[in-house]
Amino acid sequence: MLDQTEGYTTADGRKIGPVVMEMKNITLRFGGVEAIKDISFDIREGEIRAIIGPNGAGKSSMLNVISGFYVPQEGQVFYQGQPRPPMKPYQVARQGIARTFQNIALFEGMTVLDNVMTGRLTHMHTGLFWQSMWKGKAEAEETVNREVAEKIIDFLEIQAIRKTPVSRLPYGLKKRVELARALAAEPSLLLLDEPMAGMNVEEKEDMSRFILDVNDEFGTTIALIEHDMGVVMDLSDRVVVMDYGKKIGDGTPDEVRGNQAVIDAYLGVAHD
Amino acid sequence: MSCVEGLLRQPLRVWEENTLTKTLEGADGLTSIPALLHRNATKFADAPAYREKEFGIWQSWSWSEALEEIEALALGMIDLGVAEGDFVAVIGRNRPRLYWAMMSAQMCGAIPVPLYNDAAAEEMTYTLGHCGAKYVIAGDQEQVDKVMEIQEHLPQFEEMIYLDARGLRKYDHDKLRSYAQVQETGRARRDDLIADMKARIAKLDYDSTAVMLYTSGTTGNPKGVVLSNRNVIETSRTSSEFDHLRQSDDILAYLPMAWVGDFIFSVGQALWTGYCTNCPESPETMMTDLREIGPTYYFAPPRVFETQLTNVMIRMEDASKLKKRMFDHFMAHARKVGPALLDGKPVGFMDRMKYKLGDLLVYAPLKNTLGFTRVRVGYTAGEAIGPEIFDFYRSLGINLKQLYGQTEATVYITAQPDGEVRSDTVGVVCPGVELKINDTGEVYYRSPGVFVEYYKNPESTADTKDAEGWVATGDAGFIEPDTGHLRIIDRAKDVGKMADGSLFAPKYVENKLKFYPNILEAVVFGNGRDECTAFINIDLTAVSNWAERNNIAYASYQELAGHPQVLATIQSHVEETNRSVAEDEMLSGCQVHRFVVLHKELDADDGELTRTRKVRRKKIEEKFHDIITALYDGSTQISTVTEVTYEDGRKGAIKATLEIRTAAVEKVTTRMAAE
Repeated sequence: MLDQTEGYTTADGRKIGPVVMEMKNITLRFGGVEAIKDISFDIREGEIRAIIGPNGAGKSSMLNVISGFYVPQEGQVFYQGQPRPPMKPYQVARQGIARTFQNIALFEGMTVLDNVMTGRLTHMHTGLFWQSMWKGKAEAEETVNREVAEKIIDFLEIQAIRKTPVSRLPYGLKKRVELARALAAEPSLLLLDEPMAGMNVEEKEDMSRFILDVNDEFGTTIALIEHDMGVVMDLSDRVVVMDYGKKIGDGTPDEVRGNQAVIDAYLGVAHD
Repeated sequence: MSCVEGLLRQPLRVWEENTLTKTLEGADGLTSIPALLHRNATKFADAPAYREKEFGIWQSWSWSEALEEIEALALGMIDLGVAEGDFVAVIGRNRPRLYWAMMSAQMCGAIPVPLYNDAAAEEMTYTLGHCGAKYVIAGDQEQVDKVMEIQEHLPQFEEMIYLDARGLRKYDHDKLRSYAQVQETGRARRDDLIADMKARIAKLDYDSTAVMLYTSGTTGNPKGVVLSNRNVIETSRTSSEFDHLRQSDDILAYLPMAWVGDFIFSVGQALWTGYCTNCPESPETMMTDLREIGPTYYFAPPRVFETQLTNVMIRMEDASKLKKRMFDHFMAHARKVGPALLDGKPVGFMDRMKYKLGDLLVYAPLKNTLGFTRVRVGYTAGEAIGPEIFDFYRSLGINLKQLYGQTEATVYITAQPDGEVRSDTVGVVCPGVELKINDTGEVYYRSPGVFVEYYKNPESTADTKDAEGWVATGDAGFIEPDTGHLRIIDRAKDVGKMADGSLFAPKYVENKLKFYPNILEAVVFGNGRDECTAFINIDLTAVSNWAERNNIAYASYQELAGHPQVLATIQSHVEETNRSVAEDEMLSGCQVHRFVVLHKELDADDGELTRTRKVRRKKIEEKFHDIITALYDGSTQISTVTEVTYEDGRKGAIKATLEIRTAAVEKVTTRMAAE
């Protein structure tokens, strides 16, 4: 098994750091439904961690627990070594956690650039008054933020749609814009909710490349939920497998692939 | 004998010697690209030399800044071991740093070899192996990957320098170095190496090699065309004077760096006149960047002009009724008087006023949208341009002209002078160029731009260039008796005879077909046969727009291409073309009797087109031989399987059943009898 404190080195030579986020015995209920049952796992610095499972396995609920949107009834979330109290989404964002959504939550009427700039909100400190005056510190601040936004636009190769309203873009590009907005926050932990849902093979390949590049270039820790087994196995360092709210597997893609419980969950067996 | 022959023995229009400024060979020591660069860094020190849009902002470098960057890279390359006479390949999209890399190579006494950045790895194996490039300067990860993939076939390959570090962190940096790192070393070791570099530059003379460019090769392997400093500088000088190019001009560099035109516009003429070369942010943003820069000197193949016009027309379809009527009304007026105004011919007062009004309401805003507001000299070449397309731009007041040239001539053979512009000729001989047409109708030229040789290929050199320096263009054409303008009919080897002996010139018909916005590409067959037939590619942009407008559903290119209504439209285009072909006595035998709309777009990746998008007839004939057979055996449909290559090199197959249509042809009464 893996060393608890030091981290490890991946097959392709990347250094994975210590645990940044730890879920301990998380149980989440909605009324009488137990969406997550006593799940524990951790996310290490610099790794790509995937959560997979069939429909209704509780993946999105898990991501919402990580992002602080849901507060579990039982168990504790540790972030950077500290137990995390219930928080508002903006507080989570300030902690350096950014996310994308399964159903795309962009500002449709705004341009791509403006959408990406909204990702910089947590980095803006001047007040409404000075921003509306466009003077002094506010101007300098926007210049810096625009620079960050432009670097991300360049990184994700969306220069050509910089000034295009989001509503005019096709689905695959919207997904990319959403990733851009999340990256603009310069997160230390990036949560991706089904980044490849509804994409064709080519778009999936592009997105996979961007996810790997983000991890490689910015050293961002990435936790992602995905449906598509093939993509996940190629992309992630470690995988958590969920089924019916329970954790049925956890480990490297190879370990998970050989796990009988996982095979059963994906290929199906008779449930008595 | 050929009917072209009668027109051949015409006196040539000879450019008067005294219209040229006489630059003595080697005067001012301007006998190499580095020498020109030094001159510009002193003469135009603070004027912008290069701009590139990056991170949403136009970054610019003055001539003196550019020189500093180029020298730093050159010194770093010397430190790396680049020796005189080495070949340095440059692969990537148009970026100032890659243009600098070519000049840095020249400063090291090495020879830059720009390659097509969209070439597949196997295609690069040939060129890199043929020139034995020891060093490769690659734009980004994509290019680095390709070279890595083939490096085992390249025993002489030593080191690669990359520009964009993205995605390369985990690569084995044994043979990899970043551009910035090489420049860094160059700056640090400047004092040790500068003397060596100066000595290498001093050795460059008018006859040393400036660059080697690979021809796209419609047949066989590409050939390495060696161009000397004399070729590049002389041609740049005379052509700059011909079009009165000046230091304050701006160009947008977006055509492949491996193409001779880009080398002359972005390096040769840019260095000679000192104008500014602007590079787009990415290939996709080209149109936006074009608008922002507003070049004064612009070059595009006909395809770009066609696409732009198609886009304008599609968008006008969506415009409000008032705007549409205004557009139609004023464009009709522009067609009437615009070209005459541009040529400085007399135009009535009222017409002038109306044109002014039209300019205010329609032409100027349209030109602004297209990015052509400031264009003073615009060129199109490479293929014939449709007269309607050509007239459209000229009627807007854009000085669009035609030019005829080739790599072996360092571009310029003929060009249209201001005021003598027509869509059916390619202009008069360029300054310093001599032209002759031999008895088979093939065009020959001799000029200071004539290439030195094909690298490591003396047989081909001898086949193309004779002892007196005359070069065969491979094109058949004639010179118009009264105007001295050259008209090109077709590639000489493609010009053939029909079974009855009449002239067969496929390109002539193909061009007519391609002038329809719905037709992207056409290939006409018929050499040695009784009648002509054609393959047609639909233009997806135009046809899909039409389909949407008419509520026609389709799931794929293949389905749209085979739609009966699309076929009917194409048939009407073919029949119209036949009527127009029939009017030409010489070529009336080339009417298209039967045609098929292809199920896939002809593509360079499948070897059907060259990288500069010229049709490779032989390849197509071999690949689609079953369809050609069906075109001639009278069948009404054909089932076929075609292999396709995806951009990443994987292969797949497309199955299709194609309908073969028969088009009406005009009765020909005045066919030239074969003698």
